Amino acid sequence: MSTFLWVIFPYICLALFVGGHVWRYRYDKFGWTTRSSQLYEDRLLRIGSPLFHFGMLGVVLGHVMGLVVPQAATDAVGLSRSAYHTIALVGGIPAGIAAVAGLAILVYRRRTTGPVFSATTTNDKVMYLVLGSVIVLGIWNTIAGSVFHFGGEYNYRDGVSPWFRSIFALDPQPELMAQAPFGFQAHAFLAFLLFAMWPFTRLVHVFSAPLGYLTRPYLVYRSRDERPGATSGSRPPRRGWERPELQRK
Amino acid sequence: MRVMAQMAMVMNLDKCIGCHTCSVTCKQAWTNRAGTEYVWFNNVETRPGLGYPRGYEDQDEWQGGWVVQGGRLRLRAGGRLKKLLTIFSNPKMPSIQDYYEPWTYDYETLLNAPAQKNFPVARPFSLISGKPVNISWSANWDDDLGGSREHAVKDVMLKGIEDKVRMEFEQTFMFYLPRICEHCLNPSCAASCPSGAIYKREEDGIVLVDQDRCRGWRMCITGCPYKKVYFNHKTGKAEKCTFCYPRVEVGIPTVCSETCVGRLRYIGLVLYDADKVLEAATVEDDHDLYQAQLDVFLDPEDPEVRREAERAGIPGDWVEAARRSPVKRLILDYKVALPLHPEYRTMPMVWYIPPLSPVVDIIKETGHDAENHDNLFGAIDALRIPVEYLANLFTAGDVVPVDGVLRKLAAMRSYMRDINLGRDPRDEIPESVGMAGEEMYEMFRLLALAKYDERYVIPTAHAEQAHSLEELATECAVSDYGGGQNDVFGEGSGMPTPVAVENFQMLQQRQTGDDLVGGGDKRGRVNLLNWDGRGMPAGLFPEGERVGTADGAAGTLEDGSP
Repeated sequence: MSTFLWVIFPYICLALFVGGHVWRYRYDKFGWTTRSSQLYEDRLLRIGSPLFHFGMLGVVLGHVMGLVVPQAATDAVGLSRSAYHTIALVGGIPAGIAAVAGLAILVYRRRTTGPVFSATTTNDKVMYLVLGSVIVLGIWNTIAGSVFHFGGEYNYRDGVSPWFRSIFALDPQPELMAQAPFGFQAHAFLAFLLFAMWPFTRLVHVFSAPLGYLTRPYLVYRSRDERPGATSGSRPPRRGWERPELQRK
Repeated sequence: MRVMAQMAMVMNLDKCIGCHTCSVTCKQAWTNRAGTEYVWFNNVETRPGLGYPRGYEDQDEWQGGWVVQGGRLRLRAGGRLKKLLTIFSNPKMPSIQDYYEPWTYDYETLLNAPAQKNFPVARPFSLISGKPVNISWSANWDDDLGGSREHAVKDVMLKGIEDKVRMEFEQTFMFYLPRICEHCLNPSCAASCPSGAIYKREEDGIVLVDQDRCRGWRMCITGCPYKKVYFNHKTGKAEKCTFCYPRVEVGIPTVCSETCVGRLRYIGLVLYDADKVLEAATVEDDHDLYQAQLDVFLDPEDPEVRREAERAGIPGDWVEAARRSPVKRLILDYKVALPLHPEYRTMPMVWYIPPLSPVVDIIKETGHDAENHDNLFGAIDALRIPVEYLANLFTAGDVVPVDGVLRKLAAMRSYMRDINLGRDPRDEIPESVGMAGEEMYEMFRLLALAKYDERYVIPTAHAEQAHSLEELATECAVSDYGGGQNDVFGEGSGMPTPVAVENFQMLQQRQTGDDLVGGGDKRGRVNLLNWDGRGMPAGLFPEGERVGTADGAAGTLEDGSP
């Protein structure tokens, strides 16, 4: 069971995550959007959306710090464990609270604003449920585990983080996760489930963060003939006479 | 010098009768779909009035277009960094209420109501929420100055002259202003797009949204000062007027022009120097923008320009078309067309001949001869209000160019009366506005008599590529020459159609079925733009029993090829 939950399942989810995005980008460029509902409702969105998104950016940054940077590395630069812990909480709790508050506002808005609710698909609802659960479990683990020490102290950097890295090192160590408290197990499990769903939901918009805007010229000129992605996607292929390989096979 | 060609339009406002035929035919052609119910690529506004969306010209509120700050051109709504920081919730996007909440009626009631004493009534229902609505606004709610004492007084173009304009019915003036996307030389919508999905076509300058690249960030809607980019709330993508490019590419005019009852629209090419656009858009004084914009255009008669055009790859027939362009004649030769809101600094490419009719109407009412040029000249000088109002629309408030245009139109009116009545034409009339008699007659011909092929001088897209264009699509099969699918014959031959979720089932059927497929549509694609987001779009999934077909599909995919 432990092998399935902490080795097989994560790999399936990651494969779906990567393969799904490639598939979606190749075959559904037109659907690649988050279908904004700002046109219907503005007031709550203006508060909720930035709160949630900036909160999530902080949360993601915190996860990178906690999961990817090994404990040995912070020890080596002389950062004591209690100091690291304090930094993590000072940064993580406001970000987590912002994300939860933002999510609460957005879900409330989605449920109570008629047009927004009727534009919500089943796909969206399932995704919000999983996303919400992951976030709530995550902040519960932080507050209950790290601040109030419910159910004993647990240093995730001894358990969850090495397990997470072991997956990417292709040397999975399920026993690390099997010993983790239930809250962390549930958080990790649902997070991987979310990764598996990701490419098939509106969450794909995360990967279209338009950073290129900072460097491209303001005006884009394009030729009529220029049709990138000529063999897939929803754009017709480039046609015309000038094909250099115009010879009988 | 970097010569580029631009497809442009001029509208003669004196001839607009406000019938909205352009709007309706455009809507039928392009935006009669779920998600674009509230969208009018073409709309006709009564001025003075609020326009559509309500009060869109108030850039202090909506932050569209460009401003010059410290000698540099900047987006009024903020630059790149600010756009990215506010990407989670666009702070300046009009809500559906600023356009209007689209509705339909429950016509079923009319048909299904039992026999009763009173006629049954079809009540309005919102197309957004599905609930009954009280209709209180629409795209042309203040048509013909309806409710003008409430609405038209809020027209931002009346700023500075509001105390002089009377909204009493008998003392005011009005005219119609049809609007489409301006296909600007310096489009601020394109500059605002974080994804780079909005582009200007190199060949004809038409500004388009790449639906596959648009990610729905909505910054273009704020960026466009004319509010002519719209958000499709079903697909989550931006859409805008396409200048009917599939039609224009094969040499026929846009739907709005084709169907214009007053025949007031002119379409043609202008050549311009792309290197000078930024400089012209950056001139400090708003009043200099009209002249700066004129200076960007190039004269296709100039041999130097023609040489450069050839070097820039503009085909000969296009340069020829630019020489005959009615748009060029009205803008550059006669100088009677003016840009709409040059102060937005986007360099709009749909220009307008301001209406003389408010002036003519007032003279007529006073009992004077409204055909006499002296009376008209005097009235143009005396009736500052309509002139100032027109100047706020077309020249950033500078009355001199508007004066000049109205005088030319007045002179033409007077000059042509003599000719029509068989009197000797008086050449001093055109001379008084700096034109020759011959030239004025030619202008009259273009404004009053011009036939279809004079009003629309549209060169087809490069003739040698015409077979591959949207409207013709008579591409020959090249499967024998290594380009197509060798093992497919008939309808499915030729270049591979790209596989996407929209056409997956159709392509599979086409490859494996025995009969012609496509359900009436030549190419058989499911058009997701036509899908309202409810239920299954027709043709996206196999017909008939889901389970059975799915099994069959798995089998036929393998052994489908003959």
